[in-house]
Amino acid sequence: MTSELPPGLALQKVDERIMTLNVGPQHPGSGHMRIVVQIDGDYIVACDPDPGYVHRGEEKMAEYRNYILNIPHLERPVIHDSCNVLYPYVLGVEEIVGIEVPERAKYVRVIASELNRCIYTMYWLAIYGIFLGHSTMFMWPAGDRELLIDLMEKMTGARVTHAHFVPGGVRNDLPPNFEDVCLRQVNYFEKRIKEYAAVFYDNPILISRTRDTGVLSRQDAIRLGTTGSVLRASGVDYDLRIKEPYDVYDELDVHTNVMMEGDSYARSRVPWLDMIESCNIIRQALQKMPKSGSVRTKLKPNPKGKGLDSVYKRVESGRGSLGCYIVSDGKTEPYRLKMSVGSFRNLIALPYLLKGEKLGNMPSVYWSLNYWPVEADR
Amino acid sequence: MSSDSEKPSADVKPEEKTSSLPPKKPEEKSVDILAFEKGISDKIIEKFGDKVEVAFVKQDRVGINVDRDNVHDVAEFIRDELNYDHVESVSGVDYPQDKEIEVVYHIGSYTDSSLASQILVLSTRAQREENPIPGNDATKLPTLRDIFYSVEFHEREVFEMFGVYFEGHPDNRRLLLPEDWADLPPLRKDFAIKGR
Repeated sequence: MTSELPPGLALQKVDERIMTLNVGPQHPGSGHMRIVVQIDGDYIVACDPDPGYVHRGEEKMAEYRNYILNIPHLERPVIHDSCNVLYPYVLGVEEIVGIEVPERAKYVRVIASELNRCIYTMYWLAIYGIFLGHSTMFMWPAGDRELLIDLMEKMTGARVTHAHFVPGGVRNDLPPNFEDVCLRQVNYFEKRIKEYAAVFYDNPILISRTRDTGVLSRQDAIRLGTTGSVLRASGVDYDLRIKEPYDVYDELDVHTNVMMEGDSYARSRVPWLDMIESCNIIRQALQKMPKSGSVRTKLKPNPKGKGLDSVYKRVESGRGSLGCYIVSDGKTEPYRLKMSVGSFRNLIALPYLLKGEKLGNMPSVYWSLNYWPVEADR
Repeated sequence: MSSDSEKPSADVKPEEKTSSLPPKKPEEKSVDILAFEKGISDKIIEKFGDKVEVAFVKQDRVGINVDRDNVHDVAEFIRDELNYDHVESVSGVDYPQDKEIEVVYHIGSYTDSSLASQILVLSTRAQREENPIPGNDATKLPTLRDIFYSVEFHEREVFEMFGVYFEGHPDNRRLLLPEDWADLPPLRKDFAIKGR
């Protein structure tokens, strides 16, 4: 009888004590993904992440569009961090096509990508707050994020999906008086996010829920190939802005924030410290940026590579290292485009972290991975 | 991917970028940087001889081609002797005209600070079948999961998207695609998007 049922409906033999629980894909605690957890009482015995519910085939689409037409859809995986998502692609195309970027455009890019990092992290922080039941921590970042969104709107004309980076520079020059407005907003923003310490990061309830949950040792963080804030929260000092500086990051004074604990608390604190560092970088970039000059080297129509070639470029996005592997066969479209995204790389840590945790701690561990389901699925 | 066309461009670039600086410094730097990468590729050549082929040596990137029988040994050598410790990305590239599917591992290092900006691009090729039966045809490669834990999900993705079965991988299930996907592996070149 059971053999005639379709596989999904077949009766499964279950252990008496172990219960299998599907968290997601509709449950908001898991984002747009499903986490299959097996629990023994209140404790998680095994966990199997099942992403793919928002898979859109970005890599396949890229093979059918030329290098310029790929820009607007490749930023879709993380619309809040759209500049950083495009960054490695644009750097890769510049190397394939062989085009130099004006100095001022490099600074504009750095400012845009740091602003985007803050916008993304604020969104993530808002979600992290609400899933821990801290509704103030949802309201504050969601509100303060607007400051930077307004800045990006001034700079690019769009609030979230900017499509601002193009091979050879950025699409538009900064509007007049942008530097002053930006400096003022960023200073205020920094003052605001420092206030989060009192309400969130020093809050004993948050600390009791996140301290010593989901501990990822330094060794495991390296072995599993995690990246970004997950890696830095486990005591590995690795940030591509310092280790492999792209554009003008080597001329700026960038610091990383490393914590040794490797628990959910450290993973939630590192992105917040990174935002404060981003404010420093923006201020430096505003100061050092050439006050005038071109921001875009003109491309020939339908740019193409010179024969069989491949590049792998990577940048530090809000979720860690973001790599873009482009294979060109000399045509106007990429032959193959692969995005190696931080969310996908950090996902592998989830089964290790949840094993032995209480089910109630799942949201705090899962969201501390700085995981963005849409980006992981591409 | 010919190494001849790559070397000059990699040499020239750093000089152009820092043209405002005194001319001596960048020259030394560019030679030094490529020398370091050549050292890495030389070590691999020294150990494996003609079993491996250096595809390119660029700034911060070393490309190594190896056939499927030796990829496991080469990867083990890269981890144990050259201190690379994690895989950033595993990409499949379909070459229907060669009847091959290339699998490219981008390998990096967190522990060795001299390798922090380096990526070793290890590529190997699997035989390609016209009518694939993923998992049950000749499109197979040895897994690197026992060497680099970080390839686990990446190899699962390559399996579903290209039909390359990784022998020895503990968990060869689908990851992103729906369970009832019955079409060709979608990132192969012969899987066409509607209307294109």
